[in-house]
Amino acid sequence: MSKHSVSVTVNGTAHRSEVEARLLLVHYLRDELRLTGTHIGCDTTHCGACTVLLDGKPVKSCTLFAVQADGRSVSTVEGLELGGELHAVQKAFKEEHALQCGFCTPGMMMSAVALLERNPSPSELEIRQAISGNLCRCTGYVNIVKAIQHAAADMRATRHTPAYVPAQEPAQVSR
Amino acid sequence: MIPSSFDYLAPATLGEAVNLLHEHAGDAKILAGGQSLIPMLKLRLAEPALLIDINRIPGLGYVDERDGSLRIGALARESDLETASVVRQRYQILNDTTAVIADPLVRNSATVCGNIAHGDPGNDHPATMLALEATFVAVGPRGERRIAARDFFLGLFSTALNEDEILEEIVVPRPTAPAAGAYLKLERKVGDYATAGVAVQLTLDASGGCARAGIGLTNVGAMAIEAVRAQDFLRNKPLDSPTIAQAAEIAAGEADPIEDRRGSADYKRDVVRVLTARAIRIAANRAAGANIATPLPFTYSPSQAALRS
Repeated sequence: MSKHSVSVTVNGTAHRSEVEARLLLVHYLRDELRLTGTHIGCDTTHCGACTVLLDGKPVKSCTLFAVQADGRSVSTVEGLELGGELHAVQKAFKEEHALQCGFCTPGMMMSAVALLERNPSPSELEIRQAISGNLCRCTGYVNIVKAIQHAAADMRATRHTPAYVPAQEPAQVSR
Repeated sequence: MIPSSFDYLAPATLGEAVNLLHEHAGDAKILAGGQSLIPMLKLRLAEPALLIDINRIPGLGYVDERDGSLRIGALARESDLETASVVRQRYQILNDTTAVIADPLVRNSATVCGNIAHGDPGNDHPATMLALEATFVAVGPRGERRIAARDFFLGLFSTALNEDEILEEIVVPRPTAPAAGAYLKLERKVGDYATAGVAVQLTLDASGGCARAGIGLTNVGAMAIEAVRAQDFLRNKPLDSPTIAQAAEIAAGEADPIEDRRGSADYKRDVVRVLTARAIRIAANRAAGANIATPLPFTYSPSQAALRS
């Protein structure tokens, strides 16, 4: 067993921890940092419930070790809300009824946020491709696609600034 | 699921990584994208004592054309292939292939070289690299050596890489125009391995016939299969419907699938036949200048104009 000192910036806050090499990023987020918004669904790299942004790119946090995130920036669903205001994607998911049980929703929204930062006006096909690694067993995806289109329109209208924090000086250090 | 304990080292140079791998040969695995390795660790299908993470080594994430070849570095992600303009221009078969590998989240992490080095017959790049006559550059304690794609895949999860070698680079010779390819895959759902997949790369002669064909088959054998008889059959033939149909029959005969949840052996051979014919048509039309977008599994339709001869 090997222990490693890691420094990971999560939603703008730098965290320093001693982790075992085999600790998965999703377990680090949920068990060490108590950020339980990131869900574990299939645990086999299929369902995308555990999607987070690593330096702005969506990845499956069940298929990444915490040591690999050393020195890097992670964004989770908890970081979407800023100053008490929901992110445009969160608002749109609510307004378009884009969830039923809600289990896939955090991962689904992180994929949507990453898409809209890269492509402010995605086509329906581009949206469906972007969320093709996120499984939803309730909605049939129709309202999820609508919500992402809705959020895209809102973000274009309000010149939305990115909610995730790219790698930069940590705002504060905990632990 | 939690992997067995292991030690973890993240060397800063490729030389250090090779030394570590040599020192711990048989007990160590290279961690690049991790999208095959980490699931295997979690399922405890692999329990290496040491992971050597090469992600901290600078300068290995390139996809570029140099000296008449496309070069793909050890840390180039699948998503890098999707966005590289040189790939879109001259290596559309690689775009087709990347687009149907796993899903976009996995492709942000997964590496192209890892897809090759893993030796999984269900992986998609091996067939494409066979069709493109790619060369793989392996680096080990005794330096570099180059291995032709057709000599690389030895069997189920078995490749020509030695235990102390790292797949450093993929070299794809630049096709001499008029040339183009296509990769088609039948999958049950996004992220699934292929029921069958077919890679076709064609070079046309002055009259629009076939000067050279490269054909690779995915997941219909213990490793990716080069359909050499179908390739030989197509050489110096016109690309008309009877010829394409016959080449597709020959390729189906070269497939060696087993029955599983994705279908019977006969069904898979027939999928190879259908996909080979379609891939030849798309490749021929692209080589002749037609602009045919990457065919996605859920947009496949035999009535698409692109698929008609």
